[in-house]
Amino acid sequence: MKKRNSKIVVALAGLALMGLSACATAPAPSGYADPHEDQNRWTHRANIKLDRVLVSPASNTYGTVLPQPVRDSVSAFSDNASLPGVVANNLLQGQIEDALHNTVRFVFNSTLGLLGIFDVATDIGLEERSSDFGETLHVWGVPEGDYVVLPFFGPSTERDGIGILVDFVLNPLSMALPTDVKHLPKAAWVLSKFGDRYQFSDTVDEFYESETGYELMQLYYLDSRRYELGVEVEDDELEDIYDAYDG
Amino acid sequence: MMRMMGNETSMTRRAFVGGLAGLSVLAAMPGRALAAISASQAESLIGKVVRDINSIINSGAPEATMIKRFEDVFAKYADVNFIALSALGPDGRSASASQKSAFVKAFRAYIARRYGSRFREFEGGRIDVVSTTQVKSRYEVLTKTTLKGHAPFDVVFIVAAKNGKFIDMQVEGISIVKSERKEIGAMLDRRKGDLNQLIADLQKG
Repeated sequence: MKKRNSKIVVALAGLALMGLSACATAPAPSGYADPHEDQNRWTHRANIKLDRVLVSPASNTYGTVLPQPVRDSVSAFSDNASLPGVVANNLLQGQIEDALHNTVRFVFNSTLGLLGIFDVATDIGLEERSSDFGETLHVWGVPEGDYVVLPFFGPSTERDGIGILVDFVLNPLSMALPTDVKHLPKAAWVLSKFGDRYQFSDTVDEFYESETGYELMQLYYLDSRRYELGVEVEDDELEDIYDAYDG
Repeated sequence: MMRMMGNETSMTRRAFVGGLAGLSVLAAMPGRALAAISASQAESLIGKVVRDINSIINSGAPEATMIKRFEDVFAKYADVNFIALSALGPDGRSASASQKSAFVKAFRAYIARRYGSRFREFEGGRIDVVSTTQVKSRYEVLTKTTLKGHAPFDVVFIVAAKNGKFIDMQVEGISIVKSERKEIGAMLDRRKGDLNQLIADLQKG
């Protein structure tokens, strides 16, 4: 156990060094190309099927059986449990201020927030600031890669897909927790996803039932992700539309 | 019979909306001479929009009422004509004036349904105006939406300096105009470019 942890620390340190040496900025993403469209559409349809037979019914049960305050607590617990991982990513990106912010959040919520089931930090003005390994890779100069639809997770890119995997495997809290409660954060995470599916059911249903759901999900994912990462995208289409307003 | 009646009412509606569109063109002409609004005026306009929306999402009113009130806000502060025709994009160039106005009308109802029905998800949320920057002849007014249990997210309103109307909203980088253009374009493709069919389908909901 200890040995494995130290190996991971070495690996992380190696990654961090790589990060320091690769201070280049990622190349600008290239529009909305979809070279794996056939595969992606297949996965998209499979995700919808999975939603219909499993995720949606489970979410409805979860949402109806448990009252909102309980569901909020499960989400808060899951968010809080993910914070050590977020702090690790903040550090890997050199975002010291965010790392401190999230550390203080974690301390407050784990203590006064009773192991994270209440988000007391937000109440005192320390709002949620998310990050992930996909963002870390971006900061290190790794390009976005191709657009991909992942099973269960849905729209993503090659870079962000790797990010999801790394965040999942290298979660610092899961590594630090004793064996018998090790999987508690992951269970809470799944439940919180059910909670989101329940809360935003109209939106999700609309995407899944819409005749243009695939195209919209691609556009929404890429635009919001690029915005979140602060990627400057040259968008002549939108510029032209706005400029047209002034005649 | 039903079909004929439908045609008749839609003709009347088209004529009516066509008339309105004509009026608004007239109204827009002297508008060119009007002085452009300032950044602080743009910000306070969006401040009003945000205040109205805050009161709608926390009113506890039935969904239909919320959608109606949302449509009113949209009609009052946004240039719906422009947003609709931008969403129609180049495909709209060959459309007749009456087709265009019928499309704008159908689009407005579709937008209100589409975004208005989400208000339930926003209950208990709060929107605040953060800052305003000028870009060419328009202002980008940044607002932050806080929903319970979620990280706050950005909504940027694009406000035209010449008349203070907002011509787009960008939710976390997702432009309504751009995404609707993509969606409407795909819907039109699926109908082999039949605009009348698209208008009919948008009206049906």
